Amino acid sequence: MTDLTLRLEGICKSFGSLSVLKDVDLDVNKGETKVLMGPSGTGKSTLLRCINLLDPPDTGRIWLDGREITAKGINVDEVRSSIGMVFQDFNLFTHLTALDNVRIGLVRVKGVDKKTATDMAMEELRRVDLAEKAASYPAQLSGGQQQRVSIARALALKPRLILFDEPTSALDPELTGEVLKVMSRLAEDGMTMVIASHEIDFARSAADEIVFMADGRIVEKGPPDVMFTSPQQVRTRDFFRRIGERH
Amino acid sequence: MLLEGAAETVRLTALMLALGAAVGLPFGVLHVYGPRILRVAVLDPIVVFFRGIPSLVLMMIIYFGASEIGLDLSGFIASILAIGVRSGIYQSQIVRGAIQSVGSGQMLAARAIGMSKWRAIRFIVIPQALRLALPPWSNEYAGVLKESSLAYALGVTELMRQGRYIVARTFGNSLLVYTVCAAIYFVLVFLGIRLLRKVEQRFSVPGFDAAPQGRAFFGRDLESSR
Ligand SMILES: Nc1ncnc2c1ncn2[C@@H]1O[C@H](COP(=O)(O)OP(=O)(O)OP(=O)(O)O)[C@@H](O)[C@H]1O
Ligand SMILES: [Mg+2]
Repeated sequence: MTDLTLRLEGICKSFGSLSVLKDVDLDVNKGETKVLMGPSGTGKSTLLRCINLLDPPDTGRIWLDGREITAKGINVDEVRSSIGMVFQDFNLFTHLTALDNVRIGLVRVKGVDKKTATDMAMEELRRVDLAEKAASYPAQLSGGQQQRVSIARALALKPRLILFDEPTSALDPELTGEVLKVMSRLAEDGMTMVIASHEIDFARSAADEIVFMADGRIVEKGPPDVMFTSPQQVRTRDFFRRIGERH
Repeated sequence: MLLEGAAETVRLTALMLALGAAVGLPFGVLHVYGPRILRVAVLDPIVVFFRGIPSLVLMMIIYFGASEIGLDLSGFIASILAIGVRSGIYQSQIVRGAIQSVGSGQMLAARAIGMSKWRAIRFIVIPQALRLALPPWSNEYAGVLKESSLAYALGVTELMRQGRYIVARTFGNSLLVYTVCAAIYFVLVFLGIRLLRKVEQRFSVPGFDAAPQGRAFFGRDLESSR
């Protein structure tokens, strides 16, 4: 048996009368990288925000490492501290240096003492090749550097799983490479990741599975080579043909 | 003598502002993050109430109201209570505005690393909001400093009253004396604002006050990459 890190079962989510997620099931094994793709407005971001309970599902159940996190009486703050999240527009804390951005979760959430937290945070900054920018504020960093700091911020809490919501969509094309490189390295290191992204080349090389969503449902999923070359569903084929043309 | 009065004015102002901050910060935070019912049923009416009453009237009500119920407040204390609370209500609006201009992504990111709502407010939102609140707050400093002259009416020997004593005792030139008072107020406002600007610089974060521009910048990037 493989090690199941995340299990989603029957996830539904509506905003008012708009039904955004319709009965989504998904399993993610330890060390797997899954890339969510699909048209805009399909619910990819919503699904990611359901997983870390930023926007809890209306119905359906979620297990993290075998523990149901949608159960009553679960400490959602503790759950979120074990699931990393990387946002499209970085959302680094603007009043804190890169080092403090990475360290603050350790100190203020995990209660690690400052000295140890500093060492751990520096370690994560090194992992994203930004040790020399520890003292810089977000506004002094390029978009790509900011996104790598935000990855370090997520890594610092030693998460079971990291969610990425279009981590390179807000970046100039020449800056996406450095972020994708860090993410590929994490994938190789066995980090468990769920990534919403339109980066075909990255998905092809780093994903274990492509999950294609449309209209709030998972339409089809499979390994990248199959999904990109011979998907079963018409919608999947149309979608990949269209984003293929844009490249 | 005028300098003694000026010292009393500074003490009044400092205490009024301190009381104002002690009221304004929690009220401002509750205004944004507290339950809606609290905002609608309590905070908004209080704001409207204090906006509609002159500080002098408020001082009289507190001073004489207190003695009515057997509480003997000095003019000094009554002035501080009245203007301090008035300022607090105003400061709560400064704080509220500052909190609302901190990007919503900041709270989101803080919750995403597992901070509770109140921790996120304390460690992420408030430090940023206070920086944004400093420039409007220095206006409030100038306002309260000048408003403190109303304590004259309750017999507090602050700058204005000292001025009047001098005029009365020396049969002096009132125009000259009051002009000197004005000059002292002016210098206090000027120095205070200079000091607050120093504080602003001390806590300034590169690119922080330019945050809206920064966002516009990334917005443009987003457009051009489509
Ligand atoms: N907080 C919200 N309140 C109301 N509607 C929302 C909210 N969040 C998302 N939606 C709606 O839910 C739908 C799915 O949005 P979502 O952001 O999850 O899509 P997405 O697949 O991430 O799209 P994109 O590729 O553009 O990021 C959209 O129609 C969106 O308008
Ligand atoms: Mg999205």
